[in-house]
Amino acid sequence: MMDAAHPLAGTAAELVWLVPLLPFLGFVVNGLLSLSSAYLPGPLDPSSDPTAGHSGHTGEFASVQMTHHGHRHRWEPLVTILGPAVVIASFLVSAAIAWAMLRTGADTPFVQTYGTWMPAGNLKVEWAFQVDRLSMVMVLIITGIGSLIHLFSVGYMREDPGYPRFFAYLNLFVVFMLALVLGANYPVIFVGWEGVGLCSYLLIGFWFSDQANADAGKKAFIVNRVGDFGFLIAMFLMWSNVGALDFAGVAAKASQLPAGGAMITAICLFLFLGCAGKSAQMPLYIWLPDAMAGPTPVSALIHAATMVTAGVYLIARSSFLFALAPAASLTVVIVGGITAFFAATIGLKQWDIKKVLAYSTVSQLGYMFVGVGAGAFTAGVFHLVTHAFFKALLFLGAGSVIHAMHEAYHEGHAHHDDAQDMRNMGGLRKAMPFTWAFMWIATLAIAGIPPFSGFFSKDEILGTLFARAHDSPLASATWLGIPGSTILTAIYGLGLVTALLTAIYMTRMMIYTFHGENRSDAKATPHLREAPWIMTGPLAVLAVLSLSGGWLNIPALVAERFPVGTAELLHHWLEPVVGQATAALGGEGHLPASTEEALILVAVGVAIAGIAGAVLFLKPARLTRAAAAPPERGVAWVLANKYFVDEFLNKGLIQPVVRVSRAVLWRGIDVGLIDGLMVNGSATFARGVAWVGSRVQSGLVGNYAWAIVLGVLVLVGMMTIR
Amino acid sequence: MIQPALFFSGILFAIGVVGVLTRRNALILFMCVELMLNAVNLTFVALSTMHGVTGQVFVVFVMTVAAAEAAVGLAIVISVFRHFKTVDLKAVSVLRG
Repeated sequence: MMDAAHPLAGTAAELVWLVPLLPFLGFVVNGLLSLSSAYLPGPLDPSSDPTAGHSGHTGEFASVQMTHHGHRHRWEPLVTILGPAVVIASFLVSAAIAWAMLRTGADTPFVQTYGTWMPAGNLKVEWAFQVDRLSMVMVLIITGIGSLIHLFSVGYMREDPGYPRFFAYLNLFVVFMLALVLGANYPVIFVGWEGVGLCSYLLIGFWFSDQANADAGKKAFIVNRVGDFGFLIAMFLMWSNVGALDFAGVAAKASQLPAGGAMITAICLFLFLGCAGKSAQMPLYIWLPDAMAGPTPVSALIHAATMVTAGVYLIARSSFLFALAPAASLTVVIVGGITAFFAATIGLKQWDIKKVLAYSTVSQLGYMFVGVGAGAFTAGVFHLVTHAFFKALLFLGAGSVIHAMHEAYHEGHAHHDDAQDMRNMGGLRKAMPFTWAFMWIATLAIAGIPPFSGFFSKDEILGTLFARAHDSPLASATWLGIPGSTILTAIYGLGLVTALLTAIYMTRMMIYTFHGENRSDAKATPHLREAPWIMTGPLAVLAVLSLSGGWLNIPALVAERFPVGTAELLHHWLEPVVGQATAALGGEGHLPASTEEALILVAVGVAIAGIAGAVLFLKPARLTRAAAAPPERGVAWVLANKYFVDEFLNKGLIQPVVRVSRAVLWRGIDVGLIDGLMVNGSATFARGVAWVGSRVQSGLVGNYAWAIVLGVLVLVGMMTIR
Repeated sequence: MIQPALFFSGILFAIGVVGVLTRRNALILFMCVELMLNAVNLTFVALSTMHGVTGQVFVVFVMTVAAAEAAVGLAIVISVFRHFKTVDLKAVSVLRG
């Protein structure tokens, strides 16, 4: 792969090291700036803050409210320029690389090696970046969406005393995320994988002075360890059974393993465990909703657009492995499908605007896994791309709303209710027309209304699933004795139901937030107003992308009927990377055009039904403010409490572990065995022996003489008896 | 002839040992030590009939050393008596920790 004849040699692709390096410089500078304190009175000194008398601060900005607006970090102007600029520069470099790829038509991976990391016998792991069509899609998403979110963060976080620290973490996240997608072997990916986990932890707990935020960070970190364990085991198995860890090597040697055999299936399943952790799939999804404790731009960048899609990327990257293990692929489909449905039902009854979006993200990630699991790698990656557009837009829109709510509570000197609870919102359309319009675009996109981007990607996943269910190698495989066709059909049905639920909960969120009468404090209502341009600007760009992202991969059927451009751009773009694996799992079969049309009509019908149903049945006028809201009952009570999964895990898993740790590990092993028996025990033993010895050495010559005589008698006796 | 000699020297040695272990008078202790030395001398002489003249040579050595030991030992006993006004060894315990 490193031959000089590679078409990308000598082009901008050789500058790929700059892509992560630029944000890294941003991290270093912002990190150093963050070490100087915000301003002289100190961020937590109540005497410096005339507004500290407000009580009941909840949710985001709680710590910001402690400090008066206008108190900015002393390095705020420098950070404002530097933080976003490094990511934008990185985006420009990646755009140049992408342009070089388009120009040269390079379809083989371009690997750049920067040094050897682990030269140990046969194992040789190198610091290497791989520029190919899949990684460039991800790099463009990360740096492009990342730039927009960095810009948005300027408006959102400017008043925060930890402003440089925030940008340092955010820059560092971009560095690791780029390392994750650019890595040319699994260990380098793993470095990025752990790095983004670290940044996720740091940013979820960004306002760590609040215990709940710090706990949410820890939860995310610990749950992710379970997944990382799977990733590590997969790498160990890969090394010992395949004998390589770089993609080219694994792809070439993996076929030596018996296809569909236990080993390749185990490798894929452990890999998927890693993906399920990072991408919040059942049963490891529990950390993502809690991760909403972080600032909203973080939710948009890390917990919607990029990091959580790393699992989907990893499976698409490892498509050559999953192509050999249909059972593992079916597992991915099943887990993805169930997660999509399960999370969507929870999303129906959440009141926190960010929690709705969080469960929506889990649900959409489930869709992506259904796509990549069914061998429709292009469809999965396509949904990843469009989801990055519209979910980043939704989160930033939600951030804009939360920002406006806080400002209004603050300026109106009103009682600070929960600024994220939709029951305290309502009627924001009048105050925030741009945010309202942009968020509706994203809502229609995620609901799957044509011609918004989500329609194309979701339809492609569902359509492919339906096609695969009838005639494909995957359908003829079995999973625990169940035929693949049954599974694919069932998950297709579940996907349709999920699409309906998606349309319902998203419309519900929009109606409760933006329509009807305002339910905020009467003192706060007049102060509600649109966010500044630095926040609405990125929203506008994302809205355009959400609207037009579908053009990346228009189905052939649509392109034939309407003059909208070339069909299946992304499909052809990714063909060299995932084409073989797609064929191996999906076969070459195509649905007849009439069936495909019917599928599209069903999907659109379901989406419209969901939106119409929500508009018809949900009346914002019936809502009361969160403080005065009646408790939920019946099914709503179960859904609002997220099926009590957290409570169940707490009782069934965490408490027993804590109890066993206390009784056995702490009191038994640590205090009893190690401290008691081994550390103090050896001391007691030595003291006892010394006591006996000291008794012998009495200092009385007579005693010594007795001892000598006895010893002689014993010796003589022994010799006589023998 | 050799058996009664060894038997006799064994008895002498045992009397010396018991004396050393049981008596506290420094002079008697001293005599018991001499008794043990002479028991050993007797053994050497008796066994020299079987093993050559080496045993007899050794007896001369032992007697020489015993004479020197007696000179030093008696000097110590006298000095102890001057200090403590007794030769009972139970009294000589000022160095005991």
